[in-house]
Amino acid sequence: MLRTEEMLLNVGPQHPSTHGVFRIVLKIDGEIIREATPVIGYLHRGTEKIAENLQYTQIIPYTDRMDYLAAMTNNYVLCHAVETMVGTEIPERAEYLRVITMELGRVASHLVWWGTFLLDLGATSPFLYAFRDREMIINLLNEISGGRLTFNYMRIGGVKWDAPEGWIEKVKEFIPYMREQLEGYHQLVTGNEIFLSRVKGVGTYKKEEALQYSLSGANLRCTGVKWDLRKNEPYSIYDRFQFDVPVQESGDAWARYQVRFAEIVESLNILEQAVEQIPSSGDILAKVPKIIKAPKGEAFVRIESPRGEIGCYIASDGKKEPYRLKFRRPSFYNLQILPKLLVGENISNLIAILGAIDIVLGEVDG
Amino acid sequence: MQELLYASPSLMNFAYFFLLAVLMLFFVLGFVTYVILAERKVMGFIQLRKGPNQVGGSWGLLQTVADVLKLLIKEDIIPKLADRPLYKLAPIIAFAPSFMVIAVIPFTDKFQFADIGVGLLYYIAISGLTTIGIVTAGWASNNKYALLGAMRGAAQMISYEIPLVMSVVGIILLTGSLNLNDIVAAQEKVWFIVLQPVAFIVFFIAATAELNRIPFDLPESENELVAGYYVEYSGFRFAFFMLTEYVYMFAMSALITVLFLGGWMPLPFLGFIPGAVWFALKFSVVVFMFLWMRSTFPRVRADQLMEFGWKVLLPVALANIFLTAIIKELVNLF
Repeated sequence: MLRTEEMLLNVGPQHPSTHGVFRIVLKIDGEIIREATPVIGYLHRGTEKIAENLQYTQIIPYTDRMDYLAAMTNNYVLCHAVETMVGTEIPERAEYLRVITMELGRVASHLVWWGTFLLDLGATSPFLYAFRDREMIINLLNEISGGRLTFNYMRIGGVKWDAPEGWIEKVKEFIPYMREQLEGYHQLVTGNEIFLSRVKGVGTYKKEEALQYSLSGANLRCTGVKWDLRKNEPYSIYDRFQFDVPVQESGDAWARYQVRFAEIVESLNILEQAVEQIPSSGDILAKVPKIIKAPKGEAFVRIESPRGEIGCYIASDGKKEPYRLKFRRPSFYNLQILPKLLVGENISNLIAILGAIDIVLGEVDG
Repeated sequence: MQELLYASPSLMNFAYFFLLAVLMLFFVLGFVTYVILAERKVMGFIQLRKGPNQVGGSWGLLQTVADVLKLLIKEDIIPKLADRPLYKLAPIIAFAPSFMVIAVIPFTDKFQFADIGVGLLYYIAISGLTTIGIVTAGWASNNKYALLGAMRGAAQMISYEIPLVMSVVGIILLTGSLNLNDIVAAQEKVWFIVLQPVAFIVFFIAATAELNRIPFDLPESENELVAGYYVEYSGFRFAFFMLTEYVYMFAMSALITVLFLGGWMPLPFLGFIPGAVWFALKFSVVVFMFLWMRSTFPRVRADQLMEFGWKVLLPVALANIFLTAIIKELVNLF
């Protein structure tokens, strides 16, 4: 027998496929991973601590920088938490604008995921197709909020800007366009034999494990748990829309792929209903005092972000700044199962598994 | 050219050959320059981009030239802990065979550098040497990613060289010769892509793997191993590896043209167009296929690659030999 040795391989923090500054230290035997230790924190900016010294409205731009691929949902979770504490009534039109922007953000986020996941697997073109279509969404969101990634759009009690003239029509036009593009995506990738062999049976976990690891979002629904906060604990006005919660049973990367794709379709359905129902005029910001003081006490709200359950906990001592602010950041929780999934896999699968979890490092590190 | 090949050796003839070889080198370099541009343009077209469009007009005609110049004037960096002699040797080991194989390819019935009896065997044997360059590069760089890439490269070459050879045995059976000229001559009526479709498919897949191109670019796999075996190389040494890759693409496309697409043979009724044009046309189609595949497919996994090579391609190639032999005997009988 030849003497063999385990090798220590340092993947990241600068690596093309770790989606940011994520580092993972591998013990490999040939190409087979024996042990994996993720190292996080390279993008830690102390959002929660900074927030303790800021007024509630001032925290909103910081939430943009957490999950920068779906900043609207982050905006919302903070506003929602404060509104729950204060007990603000949100104007009808503002609620609809919030839902429309959040769902557009969800589609954009899933498109980025789709493109980069395929890029991880070695296909270069899907990335550019996804970004072409995402660009349209970004332009829409830019028109309404003035920002392309960090929107700073929502305010406590509503939204900052009303939709410009013709904006709702543009969203209406976008929906059928996106559906058509999805067909093309399926033709290019979904049926590809090489792609299927790369994702089927890769990174499989069971329902119980998913629950034990507190996974959420598509990472949970791919194991057959039908859990979507938009449906199970409707917030905002999600109870007014007809939509499905896509679920797959197999719990592998392929299931996650299908779930996310189906979610794009469902988001488009929600969008379609929302742009039909939105009142043509009305207030977009509730009557709130200039300086918002949350009453003494605490509140925890959670909503469904593209990556899973994003939660916001606020402890207030009655001042204009929170006493403690804590975000339950879904990427951080979803990432925890990674070392367990990696043992016994090879390096190619490492990339596929990490890509399928869909993390945003800004959110993992907070 | 043909007379030169059979003339007795003399200093004068050597000088001729040397000159011609240098000319060929420049021709191949020119090809590499523009196939890189073509690749970027085609990929740009497929991916909704423009591709190079600044250097040398809106077509970016001088882009690659500029890139090569940049590589040549870059600082020569050798990692501190690298095995210096091997590190310097590796690009040469990888490059030399890629240019050597071009000698046996008959571009037209008159233009060929070496008309040797076992041309096909020569090609396959020499091209296998490049693997040594890749493994050397991976080892000498003293980088873990490079080492992994080199290991993958070696495993891949071994597994795909065999189906590559096996798939052309059918053609050899039909032609009765390993000489590439004879193989082209045998396709005067029907191209071998028609007579040997299975062999063509197997050969094409194995050739893609030999060329380290997507979906088989595992030794490089930029998303997993960053750049694989040449991760530590920069400047002109890196340029040599790139050159190797594209010269092989030139050689392999030419070989496919010769083996399956009838080389310089014209289509029926179009014989007035010279053979060189036909060769260039068919050759371009093959090159385009490689470019097209690169922008369409994801990459396969190392273990799947092995499985596919040994469990699918090899048996199919063997079955093809068997069938070809039986059919040939039956045709001879009746």
